[in-house]
Amino acid sequence: MTVGLGVDWAIEWLQLSARKMSEHRVELIELDRAIGDSDHGENMDRGFKAVLEKIAEAAPDTPGAALKLAAMALMSKVGGAAGPLYGTAYLRASTALGLLEDVDAAALAAALEAARDGIVARGKAEPGDKTMVDAWTPAVEAANEAVALGADAVAVLAAAAEAAEVGAVTTDPLIARKGRASYLGERSAGHRDPGAVSTALLLRAAATAAGFPDGEQA
Amino acid sequence: MKKLINDPRAVVDESLEGFGLAHADILEVHANPAFVVRKGAPVAGKVALVSGGGSGHEPLHAGFVGHGMLDAAVPGAVFTSPTPDQIIPATEAVDSGAGVVHIVKNYTGDVLNFETAAELSQAEGISVRTVLVDDDVAVQDSLYTAGRRGVGGTVLVEKIAGAAAVRGDTLDAVTGVAESVVRNVRTMGVALSGCTVPHAGVPSFELAEDEIEIGIGIHGEPGRHRIPMEDADGITARLLEPVVEDLGIGKGERALLFVNGMGGTPLSELYIVYRRAAQLLGEKGITVERSLVGNYVTSLEMQGCSISVLRLDDELVELWDAPVHTAALRWGM
Repeated sequence: MTVGLGVDWAIEWLQLSARKMSEHRVELIELDRAIGDSDHGENMDRGFKAVLEKIAEAAPDTPGAALKLAAMALMSKVGGAAGPLYGTAYLRASTALGLLEDVDAAALAAALEAARDGIVARGKAEPGDKTMVDAWTPAVEAANEAVALGADAVAVLAAAAEAAEVGAVTTDPLIARKGRASYLGERSAGHRDPGAVSTALLLRAAATAAGFPDGEQA
Repeated sequence: MKKLINDPRAVVDESLEGFGLAHADILEVHANPAFVVRKGAPVAGKVALVSGGGSGHEPLHAGFVGHGMLDAAVPGAVFTSPTPDQIIPATEAVDSGAGVVHIVKNYTGDVLNFETAAELSQAEGISVRTVLVDDDVAVQDSLYTAGRRGVGGTVLVEKIAGAAAVRGDTLDAVTGVAESVVRNVRTMGVALSGCTVPHAGVPSFELAEDEIEIGIGIHGEPGRHRIPMEDADGITARLLEPVVEDLGIGKGERALLFVNGMGGTPLSELYIVYRRAAQLLGEKGITVERSLVGNYVTSLEMQGCSISVLRLDDELVELWDAPVHTAALRWGM
């Protein structure tokens, strides 16, 4: 019997996400300054503050409902490309979870996959384009592998977080082919993609909220 | 960072508030969500034009709200596209039933947010058409980039499509006019210095005393390459030649020449650039029939400029000359 994750986990995840976005705001702005337009950290910080307000107002009763509130807040407050992309990701994940009160390993992996597919459908980026897809895709693959090996929900999230972190690092040498960094052509190589980094932070927050020890404990 | 601001996070709201007070005769500023609507909207029977994008490009877009141009503008945070929760109410506020054209600069964020807003507005029964502006020849238009950016040419699209809407064109016709401007305009820009986003506090990129950045966009993002500083005539040729070549304009054709300042370059220098650009077009046998010189699509306090060439025909000249009354462009009334 695997251990499922309930609405408390989802709320804890979003609260921790907000804290991470605030703590890493300057780092994300700096990464974006190098190959974009210096707004990613500011936008994510503002967006997740709005998520917290929504959650406090609406008191969701399932993980899916919590993620749907987050999706709406991100879509309406983040702006830039990240708003619609993360908004779509959380919305698709919410739809995949449906009315489940307890999310098991397989349902989690399916939700992550739905989130990634949503980002790909909206942003039309492929792996290797130096975008958040380069963190999401290995995360989804790692989550599915973990499920196949019989991992529980916590271990699935930990595997996804670690793969996303590695995925973010692999964007360093890539030449951007989507998003604002693509205007730089070859000059985008040698910088880490800010969207891939924020993805890794958010997935790490999901694992930490589920009780997996966080290496980066503040 | 020295800027005439209060709280860096209040820059957009406080600036909009002042803008609304200064131009209360032609527009209204809505707060939470932020958008700007012309007085008297919706105008009965008229197709409405809505544009928007990140702030920091003033007077684009709010400065072009008024008779003969935009019905509404939707400003995002600095260099960040606006969100659907702003775009949708702006669209609803100006729709007379004749439909709404969204004029969107081709950036991933703007496209995604306007796309979402258009879908939701359509679901509410408003006919929405979207015109993407992608006039920047500095970016290769290929599968390997997000496509060409929308830059200076956006002003020309908004003016000319706005006049078509006043003329009484249908939704499809206004869309067609806007698209024909997009097809016939090209732009290229240069930066002599970077700019500082208020909440970032440091310049988006730094250039040495003797360096310039060719092919910049309007968000402080670096351009395609960096070269040693040259004189105005040399830089003008570097910008104009690729514009002319990409547009494929030549002997015997008519043009509108637009020299746009990025915010930190004096008008006197823009005219030095205009002078050389006009000479070069003349040497190619292209007749410059209309002109625009000034700071219209800026990048905060960046020093630099862009050059746009629009191929003209009788219809575009007539629409360009039609009366306009906005905060930043006004003639004929």
